[in-house]
Amino acid sequence: MPMQTTSKVLLMSVIAMTTITSSVFAGGPDKPGASVVKPDADNAGLKLPAGFGALKVAEGLGRTRHIAVTNNGSIYVKLDRAKNNNGILFLQDTNGDGKVDKQSGFGNYGGTGIYVKGDYLYATSNENIYRYKLDAQQQVTDPANPETVVSGLLDRRQHESKSIVLDDAGNIYVNVGAYSNSCQTQDRTQGSLGMQPCPVLDSAGGIWQFKADKLNQAYGDGVRYATGLRNVVGLDWNKSQNQLFVMQHGRDQLHDLFPSLYTEKQSADLPAECMYALKQGSDCGWPYIYYDPFTNRKMLAPEYGGDGKKTGGETAENPVVAFPAHMAPNGLLFYTGTQFPEKYRNGAFIAFHGSWNRSPENQAGYYVVFVPFKDGKPSGKWEVFADGFAGPGPVKSPGDAQHRPCGLAQGPDGSLYVTDDAKGTVYRIVYKAK
Amino acid sequence: MGKWILAVMPLLIAGLCVTAQVKKPAKPTAKPVAASSATIARGKALYRQYCISCHQENGSGVPRMNPPLIKTEYVLGDKTRLIGILLNGFNEDVEINGDYYSNPMPSQAALKDQEIADILSYVRNSFGNKASTVSAAEVTTVREAKK
Repeated sequence: MPMQTTSKVLLMSVIAMTTITSSVFAGGPDKPGASVVKPDADNAGLKLPAGFGALKVAEGLGRTRHIAVTNNGSIYVKLDRAKNNNGILFLQDTNGDGKVDKQSGFGNYGGTGIYVKGDYLYATSNENIYRYKLDAQQQVTDPANPETVVSGLLDRRQHESKSIVLDDAGNIYVNVGAYSNSCQTQDRTQGSLGMQPCPVLDSAGGIWQFKADKLNQAYGDGVRYATGLRNVVGLDWNKSQNQLFVMQHGRDQLHDLFPSLYTEKQSADLPAECMYALKQGSDCGWPYIYYDPFTNRKMLAPEYGGDGKKTGGETAENPVVAFPAHMAPNGLLFYTGTQFPEKYRNGAFIAFHGSWNRSPENQAGYYVVFVPFKDGKPSGKWEVFADGFAGPGPVKSPGDAQHRPCGLAQGPDGSLYVTDDAKGTVYRIVYKAK
Repeated sequence: MGKWILAVMPLLIAGLCVTAQVKKPAKPTAKPVAASSATIARGKALYRQYCISCHQENGSGVPRMNPPLIKTEYVLGDKTRLIGILLNGFNEDVEINGDYYSNPMPSQAALKDQEIADILSYVRNSFGNKASTVSAAEVTTVREAKK
């Protein structure tokens, strides 16, 4: 469905936009200092470090997955399932109060990935990558007729979402998640051993690289850029390092599948959710190994002869950061803005969607964390940056969580945007201290 | 021809009765049976061992990934289909109470018929559900039909 805009509304919004640009972003984007947007009185229910505030810019949008913010602060957000035939929402704040007051939609397909680069908006279904031409205001010119960049990426339901990011050299990177937990002969079945070699890796379980400006590409036109990655939802191009960083969702159910080797507690705490810095040809080791965050070792998976003690994967990449198990990192963003204090510059924000397979323990995650970086390497321990998404109580089951962080984006003024795919909230986190 | 049918009709009916009688021991009990506390206790212990990770302690499942077991047609409806899901596993893109779930359900065929019956009786009478129990014989019937 095309965006519904009469010429009168369009004219008004252009005028409004001009006003916002000159008022909200007085001094222009990326100027240091506090945001002029007023946080909600309760900071949108979030717990934040001193000096930060938050507001809900929109709510009840649907299953809002990844998000992209334009050069004038408008928002594109991808819905997991199309709602009223709209799989992409375009959100605008025409009066400059920070709240979305104008909304339209297009793209009749569900999916996760969305990214703005140059003159195009890129968006994914669970099989295809599309692009939409943008005008000078980074508004889509022909929402009903996207071009297909890549089609036919594997979607076998499990780990089906396709996340995307572009580099500065005309390439687009897409995750193709493994249609398996740990490449067992019988997926998620107690005692079933791993297939050798794991056939999933031929067409999934990695990151594929395609040309961003070439249409109608298929697998054969792309490069398997990195492999041994079970499933990646959060990924970002680190501009200071000119390098792709990804967050892997580690394997599930060590105890369920190998109860004689792993206790429930070990299963809840293993393996780490890992951040990797990739280069072409990187192999991160799935399904043959997993990473133990307590001993900082790569462990042989029980499907491949491991017993919780044997190490493996000598040639596999080591993670840049190892986080607690099962927290489901769905968004990664390297912060390049100047609104936040200096410590945040070039550091990584990660949105953890929150765990499900820590039963019978409480679930974990459901927050946004920060990792400081210096010269492309972590310069300190990770810390919880924004918490409280799930609500006041402990989360026994994911359904208990009121909100679940998913996508991250940086606004032109350096604000941090976070989506929630449980209730369809878009949060904007700002630095308010003088 | 009509006369011929009339002539053999008593035989056919008799035959059907005999078949029904022969099959009777394995035939599912039609009436809903209230779950005994022992069945529920056994089912709960087994649920905790085999089902809890994906379907969660309260049966709510995991949004987008593992379906809920709370008041869904799959749980409360046709028992043969439900037993079949445990025996065969399930990996189809179906809508359940307005949502879709991406993770595959592995086969639980390694469990005994009585264990499957206890798990299903527990699930059909927990999390706000109220439905007839499942007997080991019903599981046997579905398992036999599968062979």
